[in-house]
Amino acid sequence: MPETAIARRRRQKPATVHGSLPVYRGRFEAAQAERLLWRAGFGPRPGDCAKVAALGMQHAVLSLTRPASHALVGPAPHVEKGQPIAPYDVWGNDVLWWLDRMVRSRAQLIERMTLTWHDWFATSNEGVNSQRLMINQNRTQRRLCLTTFPKMLTAMTIDPAMQVWLSLSGSTKQAPNENYAREMQELFSLGVGNGYTEEDVRQHSRALTGWTNSWNQATGEPDDFHFDPKLHDDGVKKIYHHSGRFGWRDSLRLLVHHPDHPAFFVAKLWSYFCPEPLPAADAKSAAEMYVSSGRQIRPLVEAMLMHPLFYDGPRMVKPPIVQIAGMLRSIGRYIDTDSWAWESSLVGQTPFYPPNVAGWDATRWLNTDTWLARFNLTAEMIKPHRALQPGKAKVKGDPVAMTKHAIDFWGGPLLSGPTRAALAGYARAALDSATADWERQQYPALTENALRALVVASPDYHAC
Amino acid sequence: MPIRSCSCRDFTRSELLRRGVAQAGAGLPAIEPGMPTPAGTGLSRRGFLLRSGGLALSVYGAGRLLEPHAFEAGVAAAAQSPAAAGRVLVNVYLQGGIDSMSVLYPAGDPLYSQYRTTLALAAGAGPVFTEDPRLFWHPLAAPLAQLHNEGKVSVMPTIGYTDPNQSHFTSRHYWEVGATQAELMTGWLGRYLDLNGTADNPLQGLCLDDSLSPALATAKVPVATIDLPSTYSVWTQGVWGPPETVMYDAFDSLGKIGVGSRDAGMIQSGQAALMTSTLRRQLLPFQPADGASAPPLPALYPSVSDEFPARMAAVAQLLGAGLPINCVSVSTQSVFDTHENQVPAFEPGLQEAADTLLAFQRDLEARGLDDRVLTLVWSEFGRRPQQNASSGTDHGAAGCAFLIGKHAAGTMIGEWPGLASGLDPLGNLVETADFRVLYASLLEQWLGQEAAPIIPGAASMARAAVVK
Repeated sequence: MPETAIARRRRQKPATVHGSLPVYRGRFEAAQAERLLWRAGFGPRPGDCAKVAALGMQHAVLSLTRPASHALVGPAPHVEKGQPIAPYDVWGNDVLWWLDRMVRSRAQLIERMTLTWHDWFATSNEGVNSQRLMINQNRTQRRLCLTTFPKMLTAMTIDPAMQVWLSLSGSTKQAPNENYAREMQELFSLGVGNGYTEEDVRQHSRALTGWTNSWNQATGEPDDFHFDPKLHDDGVKKIYHHSGRFGWRDSLRLLVHHPDHPAFFVAKLWSYFCPEPLPAADAKSAAEMYVSSGRQIRPLVEAMLMHPLFYDGPRMVKPPIVQIAGMLRSIGRYIDTDSWAWESSLVGQTPFYPPNVAGWDATRWLNTDTWLARFNLTAEMIKPHRALQPGKAKVKGDPVAMTKHAIDFWGGPLLSGPTRAALAGYARAALDSATADWERQQYPALTENALRALVVASPDYHAC
Repeated sequence: MPIRSCSCRDFTRSELLRRGVAQAGAGLPAIEPGMPTPAGTGLSRRGFLLRSGGLALSVYGAGRLLEPHAFEAGVAAAAQSPAAAGRVLVNVYLQGGIDSMSVLYPAGDPLYSQYRTTLALAAGAGPVFTEDPRLFWHPLAAPLAQLHNEGKVSVMPTIGYTDPNQSHFTSRHYWEVGATQAELMTGWLGRYLDLNGTADNPLQGLCLDDSLSPALATAKVPVATIDLPSTYSVWTQGVWGPPETVMYDAFDSLGKIGVGSRDAGMIQSGQAALMTSTLRRQLLPFQPADGASAPPLPALYPSVSDEFPARMAAVAQLLGAGLPINCVSVSTQSVFDTHENQVPAFEPGLQEAADTLLAFQRDLEARGLDDRVLTLVWSEFGRRPQQNASSGTDHGAAGCAFLIGKHAAGTMIGEWPGLASGLDPLGNLVETADFRVLYASLLEQWLGQEAAPIIPGAASMARAAVVK
């Protein structure tokens, strides 16, 4: 972050936004700043941790939640041979379009919250079949990401990609489709089986009827999404013990006013920032804050990023796409290849393609498949010109210094003593395997290349 | 020759075992009583590396190998135990809740055409289901009809559970954990492996997917996930020779740091690192050597763009290679959540699934593995008999499942209840067989494990005859 922005943050008086949630009072140093930047953004650029630590915790959080700039900084994305990306039209370029924002945006939390909402209202282009509709949905999520949940829920309900994905468009009075009515309760607002019945699913689906669309003859894509009163069931519905001739807005209003919604909302939002649940009393306070603020998102996010458990609690495995963006940021690389589109699927998270409507399972990011894919990322990251050439690169054969160089290659992530010792131990064994003169010349560069891959495969790097 | 074959190199059992023994070190028992110790046992590690023609074996230098390679010894030992020639259960999940009334359609049910105004198929469009002439196989399910006619398919036309849940995730979870309990965190096959598996053989529970199948989630013993064996390879940039070889030992040392920490995130990373390291060694024989072409598969798998057929072909290859595998989990990539415009979404998925399951059975037969393998095919629920206005079907309750194999009983479990009286107040099919009874019966009749410690409430459940 440039000095000017930091100065502005310092002058800005922190608003009293944390309500009755406890506030972290411990040390706020590089380690805490590193965690904040990985969980509320896409990781630090070299030197960021020290700068953010110097702001102090509250200013650091506000610099993320109230960014001074939304600019994209750095060269525009392109693919091989300098071709500009075509996010609406070319396979994988939708992924590159967003990954570029993750890498370059000055408003890191805005991008991260957009990813949160993409997971929350998980919509997959597998079912939508239109990169344009997916990107439009993404823009809506970005625009509303820190406003209010009712606004977000309303926008998502009438969002064309969502309407295609969960069959809301075309659900009519004659035969309402239950898909959206079910998932909006189960996954978006209440939690599975929490405070609603199968009958509520049916009644909501009646209230939500009336949406339809036509098809663009030129592109073959769905088009002109609109509400047609003729297709709407205007009869009396009974939802959560309320009766009335409910329409789609009533359906959403009943949902966000459901007594079980605030607790669900708070627990789900918190789960994106911390793997351990909020203490019950704090969850209750947060739910009260949420309701009393008019169901605003930003004050809760700020309170959560200032909560003691955020800093004192356990580590969190970085979502795969967050790690990819963060690795690029740390080595100062920008989007210059379409490899990330398919690499993202190997590591288990392709934006715009969540596995299903429940989003990604953040409790099981790492398995034998995805661990190896994360390891393999480094080969692409350092290709072609960043890899050290054996015999040409000057690498001093000192295991400890080589380990430090490899850590510094990634902007100096904080690794534990045992991890650094294990890396140095590897370097020693690799160097010791040289017997001939040519081997002693070449192995240091090979070893340094391997060390770079091992640094970002370490458990301390995977979880922050 | 299938267009989409898996490019694994096929290995005979003895070749594989020779490699296992060579990698695991001396002192292991002979492979099978009376069988000579294969050539290659006791090769020096460096020699082995040379013989393998460029395959980057993770072994280098003898002294410090044994400890981090304990898994390798475990696999080699397991491959030589009678269990390696034991029974295998392949768990195939049809994603999204398949419309059982389109797989086996009740054209002989007088109400069928009223419920399925546009989706109904004519009687005789597909083969009749010989055990109940009211039902017909979808024309694209003819491969299953063929296996059924050979006595190799037990059909469950209406399987489910009481108080059905219509959430994909909840109902799937129930099927995966083997109980209608939301809080259970281990899979039913995972609990079986916890009681019957070993601490050092991740292949005992193998998931071919990009994430672990929850049905295989264990509490104690390791299980593994791979995409396809032929793609399980390490990529590095500017790393080769001995610095690469010893790098694989660093997988283990980093993994141990993670596992030894008190932090759940670090532990997850550490466990994945250790398993990755082990699995990489186990699958080295399946990495094609430079320039080697894939051998033909013994059965014709469909050539489609998703990975389900390739993964099923890989299961047969891995079993054929004698790897110590006990439970396998694979899921279709086709999603059968057909809320709208059902036919064009449903038919390619059904065709691919049915063609693949037939090919897999033929593959097992050609490899002489059909005595050892049963395949269970299931989905989280069926769909509502009354179609919706989008020419699709919404989530229902009871649906279909199939048990395929030479030793499947081959007779129907449960029955078709009829649309006149077989629906619950919400208009969904009521189950005529319970999935927990199916699991309990499979555990006892196929896997030789008493069901009570695995399936909650099994002691008071009936059993179905699932095996012949």
